[in-house]
Amino acid sequence: MRIKLTVNGATHELNIEPRTTLLDALRDHLNLKGAHTGCEHGVCGACTVLVDGVAVRSCLMFAPQAEGVAITTIEGVTPGPGELSPIQDAFCETHGMQCGYCTPAMILTAHALLAGNPEPTREQIVEAISGNICRCTGYAQIVEAIALAADRMRGVNRPSELRK
Amino acid sequence: MSAGHHRFVSTDRRVREDRRFVAGKGRFVADIDLPNAKHVALLTCPYPAARIKSIDKSAALTMPGVRYVLDGVELATATLPLMTGLDTPNVPRRPLALDIARYSGEWVAAVVADTRALAEDAAEAIDITYEPLPFVLDAEQALAGGPLVHEAHGSNVLFDKTFVWGKVDKDFAASPRKLSLRVKWGRSSTVPIETFGVLTSWDPWREILDVYASIQMPRYADQIGAALKIPSASVRVHYDVDVGGSYGVKRGIKHTVLCGFLARRLGFPIRLIEDRLENMRGGDAHGPERLFDVEVALDDAGIVRSMRMRALENLGAYAGRSPFQLGKPIGSIVGPYKIKSVQYRAIAVVTNKTTQDAVRGFGQGPTNLALERVMDEVANVLGLDPLEVRRRNLIRHEEFPYLIPSGTTYDSGDYHTVIDKVLADTNYETLKQERDRLRAEGKLAGIGIAACLEPSGGNATFEALLNPAITTSTFMDSCRINVDGMGAITATMHTTSSGQGHETLVGTVIGEVLQLDPESIRVTRPDSLNSLPSGTPVGSRMAIMLGGAAFHAAQKLKAKLTAIGAHDLGITPARAVYDQGSVFDRNAPQNKRTWADLVQIAHRNIHRMPEGYEPGLAVSHIYEVPTGGTPPTPDGRVQMYPCFAFEFHLILLSIDPELGTPQIVRYRLGHDCGTQINPKIVRGMTMGGIAHGIGAALHEEFAYNDEGQLIAQTFMDYLLPSSHEVPAVDIIDHETPSPHTVLGQKGSGESGYLGAPAALANAVNDALRPLGVSINTLPLKVSKLGDLIAAARAKGK
Repeated sequence: MRIKLTVNGATHELNIEPRTTLLDALRDHLNLKGAHTGCEHGVCGACTVLVDGVAVRSCLMFAPQAEGVAITTIEGVTPGPGELSPIQDAFCETHGMQCGYCTPAMILTAHALLAGNPEPTREQIVEAISGNICRCTGYAQIVEAIALAADRMRGVNRPSELRK
Repeated sequence: MSAGHHRFVSTDRRVREDRRFVAGKGRFVADIDLPNAKHVALLTCPYPAARIKSIDKSAALTMPGVRYVLDGVELATATLPLMTGLDTPNVPRRPLALDIARYSGEWVAAVVADTRALAEDAAEAIDITYEPLPFVLDAEQALAGGPLVHEAHGSNVLFDKTFVWGKVDKDFAASPRKLSLRVKWGRSSTVPIETFGVLTSWDPWREILDVYASIQMPRYADQIGAALKIPSASVRVHYDVDVGGSYGVKRGIKHTVLCGFLARRLGFPIRLIEDRLENMRGGDAHGPERLFDVEVALDDAGIVRSMRMRALENLGAYAGRSPFQLGKPIGSIVGPYKIKSVQYRAIAVVTNKTTQDAVRGFGQGPTNLALERVMDEVANVLGLDPLEVRRRNLIRHEEFPYLIPSGTTYDSGDYHTVIDKVLADTNYETLKQERDRLRAEGKLAGIGIAACLEPSGGNATFEALLNPAITTSTFMDSCRINVDGMGAITATMHTTSSGQGHETLVGTVIGEVLQLDPESIRVTRPDSLNSLPSGTPVGSRMAIMLGGAAFHAAQKLKAKLTAIGAHDLGITPARAVYDQGSVFDRNAPQNKRTWADLVQIAHRNIHRMPEGYEPGLAVSHIYEVPTGGTPPTPDGRVQMYPCFAFEFHLILLSIDPELGTPQIVRYRLGHDCGTQINPKIVRGMTMGGIAHGIGAALHEEFAYNDEGQLIAQTFMDYLLPSSHEVPAVDIIDHETPSPHTVLGQKGSGESGYLGAPAALANAVNDALRPLGVSINTLPLKVSKLGDLIAAARAKGK
């Protein structure tokens, strides 16, 4: 079947089998490899993308269901070739990853969190990422990365004397 | 960690690999597309043991997009069985079952189709007739005779050997007290978020099999070539593939041989990416399932003099290197304690469960659990504090280097100081008061302690110890450095990585030696045909081994640069000083050759080169494990790993008395892995290890039902710790350098994991003690704890 997907601001026309998941459509048809396949049953969160700004598991959504919504992948939040967003940079600063497999999804979840809550508590960060399993880090440096990103993003347009 | 006299080592530096990962630009195996690649799906046996009577492929072969259906007979005719560690020729291991399938989920047939979905559709259309056979799941039943998993082998026992180190019987006879305990480590694994995947392509004109895989395995190319009956130099493994987590288990040799065969047979690239079910059931990636019977001889002061340990390992249906996981712990069989004599009986049996492979720690985690449960029981029986019992038994700082009964000498350690540092941070008496306050509030609460070792530096001498036919005493790693004609530096490493930051390691160490910005050093991974030897990232060894190779290669380069500079300055090398890429005259510092000068001479002015030096600036170093190289003695003593890191866990845990839900209230860790080359990486490894240990201790289990079916096949029933289950942990670092390594570093790839389960098991048992019950079988699941508490209360405790 033919569908239209709006991904990272651009609309693409795809000819796919109706059973194609959004994850497979992104990876195999649009060559957006930043969304990763982990469990394909909605538990691990490695396939997380943003659907109208909300963190969603792309393995649990069929691609045809994604018509008419705005999809954002890790490629869409990366400012440019070789450039990092404040959240991506914060993950590098704290080393909030090891193998990097869950990382794009973790960062998108952080984007969704911080878009609605610029000053999350530790508990709120823990809650937000609890649907994203990381097998490497034990989460400590991920939580710190998100807190650091939040701090920097709040402070970025304020004169330094007003920052915390 | 203090950087001390270092410029870059031990400083708080970023990890260079992270930049690509945060952008989603890692290059994982599933991200690699080869033109015209076809996809594999697998059909598996639904019985724990069954004879394959017939396979009807006809319906599947007529389905759209289907290219081929492969069965075990055709594959076994064309390939050799996979390499095994023990000499067990009647227990052959093959990618597809031949005649008999020996566990539920074992691969029986492989379908090749244009897409994975079409291959899965066709797999369902293959009609196989089975004759179910008797099966055995329990290791003790398998040991006692049970139905035979491999009839031709004549028994279910693949390995049974008793080692005696020291005067065990005499020490037991002379000791006033004895204590015995049965402890079981449950079947779990590391279960990376990326499943195993492999992509193969055969070029018949060059006679090269290209392999892209999410692999972490020693001698991978050798094993592929051997099974496919092609020279290992016809196997090109691409090491520049990012591996999405492994922690030991990514050993997809059967997947690779299957796909390698298909690529050669069919003439197009073949891709097999496990789905989660395949990964958990038929991926042959389960971890140890080990039953310990431990008996110790002690005196009234709680000093443990001797130990008898019997370890019975349930390997699952086949064995590659997994029996060796009983061998590695021999190198630290007494843990951090001064136990004078040990009898160790190691038994490995096959059963009709999924095949086991290497898991983080290679058997050390289970052994540490047994030791630490025993130490707590010693305290319990004598009415002593468990911390005091450890203090009395621990090896003291001044006793290093310390020779243990099984022949290994521990390099260095300062265990009492590490513990004191943790207790300076967290007052032990206050912690006990907190526990008692929780108890007074009606909760069950306990303190858990574990003092554990992480052997690191990985050599393979346990192979020769368990299989005398193996004479291997070498387990090397390598680094090559080339300074090009423009003066840019490229270093190489020769294996894959799965999140350990090895590119950062190489850059940091070379930068340290050459006194140049590590970020200016490119680190690449040539393929296996262009590589120097690598023992691969196993055995918590790469900081020691790849770090050591990089260090020595950089020293060679520095020496060559110094010689070139000295020659051009007309002075002796002894008078020349190397300084941040330049060489100057010690007696006249204004006389100097810059990096550009030295590069110019080496690359373009051979007339200015000193005698006896090759042109160019290329060096390499192949590094052998420090202290390695000596085969075992006839009575089974050997220097196993070179370095021993120490970790001291201190936990306060509460258990909901109604639900049985454990909650970690406080978690402190004292950690000493010598010099930390990159503190961010060490902390991450340690925290990740603790998270993984929490999983193994409390949540994760590959459970089977009585019908022999694996009943934990998804993440709904195999529970991985989320951010909710992993508490904040305060890590208190201490640094006792290893005398054997180039920078004093020890390993940390298994840190946290090697002690967390023991500490949690001790905490749970301390919490349950007021009820008069104990539990020594991992995992300590909520359901089990809830039932245990309810039963104890029903008895009126």
